[in-house]
Amino acid sequence: MNRLISYEKKDTFIHGLSGFSKLVFFIIWCIVSAMTFDTRVLVVMLLFGAFIYIASGTKWRQVSSIFKAVMFFMTVNLICIFFFAPYQGCEIYGTRHDLVHLFGNYSITCEQLFYELNVLIKYFTVIPAVFIFLVTTDPSELAASINGVGVPYSISYSVAIALRYIPDIQDEFRRIKNAQEARGIEMSIKAPLVERIKRIASIIFPLLFSTMERIDVVSNAMELRGFGKKKTRTWYSRKKLVAADILVIAGVIVFAFVALFITYCDGNRFYNPFI
Amino acid sequence: MDPIIEFKDYTFKYRAQKEPTLYDINLSIYPGEKILIVGQSGSGKSTLAHCINALNPCAWGGESTGTLRVDGDDPASLGVFGMSKKVGTVLQDTDGQFIGLTVAEDIAFALENDAVPQDEMKSKVMGTAEKVRMSDFLSSAPGELSGGQKQRVSLGGVMVDDVKVLLFDEPLANLDPSTGKRTIELIDDIMRDEDVTVVIIEHRLEDVLHRPVDRIILMEGGRIVADQKPDELLASGILPEHGIREPLYLAAMRHAGASVSADDRPSSVADMDISRHADTIREWFLHTDRVVRNKGEKKVLEVRDLCFGYDREKAILSDISFSIHEGEMVSLVGKNGAGKSTLASLICGFYKPDSGSVLLEGSDISPLSIKERGEKIGYVMQSPNQMISKPMIRDEVGLGLLVRGAPEDEINQRVEETLRICGLYPFRNWPVSALSFGQKKRVSIASILVMKPRIMILDEPTAGQDFAHYTEIMEFLKKLRDETGLTMIMITHDMHLMLEYTDHALVLSDGHLLMDDTPARVLTDDDITERAYLKRTSLYDLATSCGIEPPKDFVDRFIEHERMERSKAV
Repeated sequence: MNRLISYEKKDTFIHGLSGFSKLVFFIIWCIVSAMTFDTRVLVVMLLFGAFIYIASGTKWRQVSSIFKAVMFFMTVNLICIFFFAPYQGCEIYGTRHDLVHLFGNYSITCEQLFYELNVLIKYFTVIPAVFIFLVTTDPSELAASINGVGVPYSISYSVAIALRYIPDIQDEFRRIKNAQEARGIEMSIKAPLVERIKRIASIIFPLLFSTMERIDVVSNAMELRGFGKKKTRTWYSRKKLVAADILVIAGVIVFAFVALFITYCDGNRFYNPFI
Repeated sequence: MDPIIEFKDYTFKYRAQKEPTLYDINLSIYPGEKILIVGQSGSGKSTLAHCINALNPCAWGGESTGTLRVDGDDPASLGVFGMSKKVGTVLQDTDGQFIGLTVAEDIAFALENDAVPQDEMKSKVMGTAEKVRMSDFLSSAPGELSGGQKQRVSLGGVMVDDVKVLLFDEPLANLDPSTGKRTIELIDDIMRDEDVTVVIIEHRLEDVLHRPVDRIILMEGGRIVADQKPDELLASGILPEHGIREPLYLAAMRHAGASVSADDRPSSVADMDISRHADTIREWFLHTDRVVRNKGEKKVLEVRDLCFGYDREKAILSDISFSIHEGEMVSLVGKNGAGKSTLASLICGFYKPDSGSVLLEGSDISPLSIKERGEKIGYVMQSPNQMISKPMIRDEVGLGLLVRGAPEDEINQRVEETLRICGLYPFRNWPVSALSFGQKKRVSIASILVMKPRIMILDEPTAGQDFAHYTEIMEFLKKLRDETGLTMIMITHDMHLMLEYTDHALVLSDGHLLMDDTPARVLTDDDITERAYLKRTSLYDLATSCGIEPPKDFVDRFIEHERMERSKAV
């Protein structure tokens, strides 16, 4: 089965960490990345992100498809920023150095380029963190980690349930699709688009009905074994926190304070090279 | 001793229904007993089970009168959670109830919900996994397990709570015969080692009786019609009139004119005292003519040296060759994962073979697309709900022609003709949702039949159906074959179906075609039944204990005569 991002068992420092500490790291890392526009901080984060990507032993094929999708949206985003707010950079940095006049009211300025460069780096600080969290955390542990950071277990367990049953539903989808194709309801590119959309209904409805039946069984099975009985629950696959985990959590908290101090010590969250 | 489960004048009515589903139930089950509850669909047997584990009325609303005590408490007031400490329920859907991502997590599920500390949980999971013989698979995902293993995990998942009652809801429904046999043995072993009471709901009586049970409760129309020791109930001969199939050896004995009594110990073919009846049975055998069936001359389907593997190293099918004649009903059997569905998918063109060819009426069909093959080889999925996509019967049946651009007149004419053949003509303008399961099954078959295929492949046509529905579906298929000459291949786990309705069996095991012969030969061959996870028919045991040689001829004769009687009755 091909999943977009899949966990692979490996023996690295990062794989050995508890899912909880990785999740805490991931959340704090993203908060810092969202708050700061200080280029120095962002560059440090970028380099560190690259380092942990390598340290986690992640293979390019594990993440390539999702990476390409993110790149696409990032490019669209950067172009949109320019067209909707071509002088955002000038507003932020308070100066204007024109490079090229394009047309009408649109000019490329140093400030705008620098601002968009910062946005680009922000993307690249978060992307490895997402990848590494997902490819190094055992799915079994995922729900326990999410519950560990304060999300109610009924919500975090639905993540585990989704991971458990998605392959089953994919199988069912394939079976139904094959049988309907044999009846002549073609899904392949041969059929015109409008027809194809109409015909997808002939898969969706049977899939929906059989999934509904499945949900009924699963929810009864869960209830019969006491799911939801207590306010809290324990987790078989939760990893105990070890020294390395404490170190990582403490480290990321210290980093967050330092990074935000550097960012805000000059009064705003931007690093301004133009003054 | 006080009963652990006690119903007194108990009546239960679902909120959504006008009439009660259970009437005046009086039933006492004592600690350490093994009870089998049988009854056809709608007899109330599942409702009764759900009253014990409190799904009724807690999950599905309803009201009851009379009293019910399970281990001294009223399930309705303890609720589903409270009852889960006393009664462990194993459901029939082994995939659906596998909740954890691995075996260990699934066994631990109840403990996690009870907030048991992790260390204690790990040791309990180990202990339970040992009891259900799954300790070598703790970190396996459900996809890596067989149906029987998944069921062991489900059993472990409820036993981890130290329950007093184990409730099995149709435990054999999704298993191949040999795995089903082992499940029954496992239940027996657990009862020996643990202090539990076992209640099994199942209509496959003969398979459950592979190991002794203390009592059988027969239900019909929401009432208990019999509560007897197995020997007495089987001797009384009332099972068929309440829609339950008798063990095959017993049916054969009655057929031969033997009058079975409880003293003969008829509940097990191995322990039965046959001495009083052996002569009668031998006599019948000697005086019954053999009926020889001629198979059609024309080869419809030919499979030559078919090989297929998802990846290079592990072949799923290797060197499969066989041919099927016109008008044959063929059973494709073997354990779960033996390659049955893959073979069907290759014939239908859903997958492309690595090598080898499939010939339809002499010509290679590999260049044809799935759609083009679909006009010649129809494929009917297990559940009609997996196929039906239109709200109206007429539209559903006509869909295959419509998307092929057939003119409206022709569609109407062919749909009506097909609906007549399938006995659905009176319902032609009804919505699909108004039909029963058996009728929906016929709609899904009609929607394939309308394209006039040469061959129809049916995946588990009778899975999960009781004897009455099984007979309805199978007699319909047989009539279809007799009237239209359609060739059918049925993927099945049901040895009765194989023996009674098919003329030709293909036995798959680990991707190889193990045997290509008549069902009677397959099911009297010890070596083959063992390797392919089938179950030797009890008719064989009956024949040998009566000294009839070769047993296969006895099987043939009995089946042939049963077929004739059934078609007379229909």
